[in-house]
Amino acid sequence: MNNLPLTFCGIFFTLAFAWIGIVLTNQIQYGALEPTTEQYDPETGGPIEGDTLYPQKPVGLAEQGKKVYMDLGCMYCHTQQVRRKGYGSDYERAWGRRQSVARDYIYQDRVLLGTMRTGPDLMAVGDRLPIPTWHHLHLYNPTITSQGSLMPPYAFLYEKREIKGSETSESALKLPPEFAVEEGYEVVPGHRVDALVAYLMSLKLDYDLPEAKRE
Amino acid sequence: MSAADSNTDMRIKLSAIDQSMKWPALFFIISATLWLLAGTALGLISSYKMHNPNFLGNWEWLTFGRTRSAHLNAVIYGWCNNAIFAVGLWIMARLCRTEIRHLGLLIVAGIFWNIAITIGIAGIFIGDMTSVEWLEMPTYITPLLAIAYALIGVWGIIAFRYRQSEHIYVSQWYILGALFWFPWIYSVAQIMILFEPARGTVQSLTNWWFAHNVLGLWLTPMALAAAYYFIPKVIGRPIHSYYLSILGFWTLALFYNWAGVHHIVGGPVPAWVISSGIVASVMMVIPVIVTAINHHMTAIGHFRQVIESPTLRFVVFGAMSYTLVSFIGSTMSLRSVNEISHFTHLTVGHAHHGVYAFFTMIMFGSIYFILPRLLYREWPSKILITCHFWFAALGITIMIVTLHVGGWIQGLEMNNPEIPFIEVMKGTVPWLKARTVSGFFLAIAHLAFAINVFWIVFFRQGQKDVIGTPTLFASKQSR
Repeated sequence: MNNLPLTFCGIFFTLAFAWIGIVLTNQIQYGALEPTTEQYDPETGGPIEGDTLYPQKPVGLAEQGKKVYMDLGCMYCHTQQVRRKGYGSDYERAWGRRQSVARDYIYQDRVLLGTMRTGPDLMAVGDRLPIPTWHHLHLYNPTITSQGSLMPPYAFLYEKREIKGSETSESALKLPPEFAVEEGYEVVPGHRVDALVAYLMSLKLDYDLPEAKRE
Repeated sequence: MSAADSNTDMRIKLSAIDQSMKWPALFFIISATLWLLAGTALGLISSYKMHNPNFLGNWEWLTFGRTRSAHLNAVIYGWCNNAIFAVGLWIMARLCRTEIRHLGLLIVAGIFWNIAITIGIAGIFIGDMTSVEWLEMPTYITPLLAIAYALIGVWGIIAFRYRQSEHIYVSQWYILGALFWFPWIYSVAQIMILFEPARGTVQSLTNWWFAHNVLGLWLTPMALAAAYYFIPKVIGRPIHSYYLSILGFWTLALFYNWAGVHHIVGGPVPAWVISSGIVASVMMVIPVIVTAINHHMTAIGHFRQVIESPTLRFVVFGAMSYTLVSFIGSTMSLRSVNEISHFTHLTVGHAHHGVYAFFTMIMFGSIYFILPRLLYREWPSKILITCHFWFAALGITIMIVTLHVGGWIQGLEMNNPEIPFIEVMKGTVPWLKARTVSGFFLAIAHLAFAINVFWIVFFRQGQKDVIGTPTLFASKQSR
């Protein structure tokens, strides 16, 4: 191996080989995936004209919430991918009524598949738990809704403030007695956690794709 | 010229090379040690939080997602990379038989590297984390990192270009390959995930191609280069087989590249690419067996030295871990095994098996060899070295066993829908607590190591200058 140019070529081409195979080929193979209708038109084999196209672009508050999800590192305990029925128990645990496929992610600027399930999968949490107040209580202190949970509390996203006047704010959390704050105070969500909950609500797998149908 | 004369000439030559590398190597070793301590503290905090989520729970900047990511980045880009810059460049300079010049530039680049990592980790704490695994540091430090790396990496190439040795040794191939591979994978990942994101899950493929290759094409070749250098060096006999080294190098270069996709088994990417990743992961058995045979056949009959030399003790522990962790890794990539092990603490245990029990242990051993030769004095405390070795070896063994067993149980339970998810989660708690205990072991080991490093570097009184064969356990010498 004293032939340097040859050694260097080897070093170059081994990595080029994998980069072309894993990254470039897939970018070419499906990097241009487009949204489509839930079924293909049997005649044209393409999307049915006039039907809604899926997936849809994420919008508004939910997109801000995704930033919060990212900067807090939620992804390190929660995946966003549903494996096929029969492989793992994703389907039986109602984490999604179908497998998630490449097309589901095409509008995401950052794909947060995750590799760890310290907590449950969140690909379709908006279908499974469509109740914002539940999420607020859960984020404020996870043990309120899930006894024994290992999720850290995100109380720092909430504001504890004095109740002005006689009425509590509409958005104030309805904390169970053992978690309640002192008399005359209330806990209200800050903007970031409102956005985060909106993002969680937006995580849905409630449509079919030609290559993946719900069961 | 007699053999003794040429031997003395070589000693003088190597000594001059060591002197030329003194300041940069010292700088990188001290930086690495400081990052190791920081990374250990962050790891301990994260580990404790896993079974006690309210711990430090009121501060946003110390929330689990951030401490965990800060731990990973401090360890990989702080500890591992600084250690590589010290050990890799030192070995390269020695094997090229060339003194390195203009070292001021190398140290300046090193300072920039460490400033960039510091800002990057501060960025994670204040909420600029990218949430891309192994690339959590915010993008505003990327240019600084790139320039710093270019200036550091190019030193290896320059040393190689002006080498005065005729023969090219196996360690040099590994270092040369790694110095070239790392910037490629890093810049592709930065561009295709962060700056101009590829569409959909192509990002995930790029992510795992990158992250696994940081281990496979950066940490692994550097650690193997060190093992290939120090095992024959300390024992004093040549490596068993030149041809096995060649086979090991090229099969590693060919197969490790493709293995990363096994992190997305069952995920929303084409099945063929996952299959190719699994094939490559299994093929990794070849370089691993070849390297193991080569190292074993070199060390055979000299196990007394393995026990007596701190360098060999750590390096051989690392080399043996490499064999074991790679076999486990190949097994974990199989679909039927991955169905259980994926998404569990087993993966975390496996990552520590590779980065700590293999890579980090070899770097410890290397530093035990290098520092006395840079400073012309022996390690001040034998007890601290012994303490370091046993706490590190025991700590990492406890961590690997608990996370593997606990993770496997977690995976089995998770795949059984009869068991509510919260019960699966509760079931992991005892294992996570044991992991925190192992973290304390490692913290003690690292403190012992750090004390010894700062002692030998900054306090010179009472130490005997040792020329000859330092870095046997000190008792063999003076005390």
